[in-house]
Amino acid sequence: MDNSSKYLHPEFETLSREGIEKLQLERLQATVRHCMNSPFYKKRFEEIGLKPEDIKTLDDVRKIPFTTKQDLRDTYPFGIASVPLRDCVRLHSSSGTTGNPTVILHTQKDLDAWADAVARCLWMVGLRPEDVFQNSSGYGMFTGGLGFQYGAERLGMLTVPAAAGNTLRQIKFIKDFGTTAVHAIPSYVTHMHDVMVEQGVEPRRDTKLRTLIIGAEPHSEEQRRRIEEMMGVKAYNSFGMSEMCGPGVGFECQEQNGLHFWEDYYIVEIVDPQTLEPVPDGEVGELVLTTLNREAMPLLRYRTRDLTRILGRTCPCGRNHVRIDRMRGRSDDMIVLRGVNIFPIQIEKILMQFPELSSNYLITLSTDRDNDNMTVEVEIADLFTDDFARLQELNVKVTAALKAEILLKPRVKLVPKGSLPVSEGKAVRVVDNRKVYQ
Amino acid sequence: MTIHQISVFVQNQTGSVITVLNVLKEAGIQIIASTIADTQEYGIYRIICSEPSRALNVLKQAGLSVQMMDVFAVELDNRPGCAAEALKVLADAGVSLNYLYSFLLGGKGILIFRTNDTEKARELMCLNRLSFLSEDKLNQLN
Repeated sequence: MDNSSKYLHPEFETLSREGIEKLQLERLQATVRHCMNSPFYKKRFEEIGLKPEDIKTLDDVRKIPFTTKQDLRDTYPFGIASVPLRDCVRLHSSSGTTGNPTVILHTQKDLDAWADAVARCLWMVGLRPEDVFQNSSGYGMFTGGLGFQYGAERLGMLTVPAAAGNTLRQIKFIKDFGTTAVHAIPSYVTHMHDVMVEQGVEPRRDTKLRTLIIGAEPHSEEQRRRIEEMMGVKAYNSFGMSEMCGPGVGFECQEQNGLHFWEDYYIVEIVDPQTLEPVPDGEVGELVLTTLNREAMPLLRYRTRDLTRILGRTCPCGRNHVRIDRMRGRSDDMIVLRGVNIFPIQIEKILMQFPELSSNYLITLSTDRDNDNMTVEVEIADLFTDDFARLQELNVKVTAALKAEILLKPRVKLVPKGSLPVSEGKAVRVVDNRKVYQ
Repeated sequence: MTIHQISVFVQNQTGSVITVLNVLKEAGIQIIASTIADTQEYGIYRIICSEPSRALNVLKQAGLSVQMMDVFAVELDNRPGCAAEALKVLADAGVSLNYLYSFLLGGKGILIFRTNDTEKARELMCLNRLSFLSEDKLNQLN
């Protein structure tokens, strides 16, 4: 690798639009042929009489039916795979709290391609083998752990799998190991900075930090600038999702003007979530991704449910891979809070287990000193006690049960019957006051 | 020995007590004593009133979170030290109070309270021959 090169994979990164589209068509055709090994896709293609030969142009991708999260659940665990299980070497899975978990399988080739994609992203923001990369993200099933680990190693950096939490130790590592780059969710960076201040650590003076990778949690441009200012670094936005391997799908370049989605890996579509028809560039719609070089489990036209828009298809950095705006919300009711995906139904399920509570509740998301928090207000049914200690006990129990389910501790507020707004027809369950969506 | 008290769960916000009072007013129910205890987020409005069973029903129908509780109602002479004497009986036996409030009615001091051990409290107060306000008497006085 030539350290002075701007690109890690110039043969792909600097392709012209025509070059990208030619490559995409070849890879799409190969992917669709390969998908005929998947019991799920074979059946789906036969149902509508679609044959791999029917894909003649890139626009023909629209002949292919969408794949949804529900499809992944219905075929749990291995029903979408396009290779025999013995060819797979890794599995990642969601927690499955709202039904069957979603499972993603990888062959060795998939893991290599994934590591290459992450390495390409990290190189793009200026990281080189001399850098020390500390990954302060959860490991295990959460793809931000192993995804960045393998990508950073692929690039050749000294990589510290610090994982999430234990902030004092994180800071010690940053100082002692000369960490130059950290990957973490934005709210954790803010927390880390608070602890640094308490410990008398001034990032500019006492650390070698110069790059932060932040993602997995919605954040605004304003939050990014504040993080850059407090830590004395450049902070780059990262987009990934476990269905598409994990991190490495989209990443900001040094222009910090939208995330480049790697079009040699994915076909990017933005569609109207209602009509499912494509929307013009610049208009907000749902992000739909088709994998182009996945072996174990290609996904065709996967509906991500993330709402965003295309900013452009050229960039002063020399990469013509499509630029996507930061995510602007969801087309379903999923909440992304501090890197955790939560569906209101999970919260409802827990609240229903308490006979003392009524079924009316309201989830409010708010930003408090750069930290995103969740408040769950729930109406109590008939007053079962008039003893504050027992009400407090109930509050503690509900909080603990919610934390066990959604892995975050919400603030629980008991409110009198009839005090929460009930809208016409469908009740409003989530109010999002976070800065990012304003 | 015990009388009925109505407890209403109310939000810490302007006007929530008036909602309760209006329901009782419309039902023609007379409040004899009431008190609010609050936390940062919510309060419990405790009420001694005429016709507590009917009060419970009308408040429930109004959609409020409400409960009828049995509370001790000790009747004391209206002179300094009486309350201390009465409560010492409980404290000496290790029974503690969850809450307490008091008011004057017909020249007598009335002490309303709940303890952490209702049965033991009942026994102690019988042994010590404390005098109690009955619901009948409460309604007569009214």
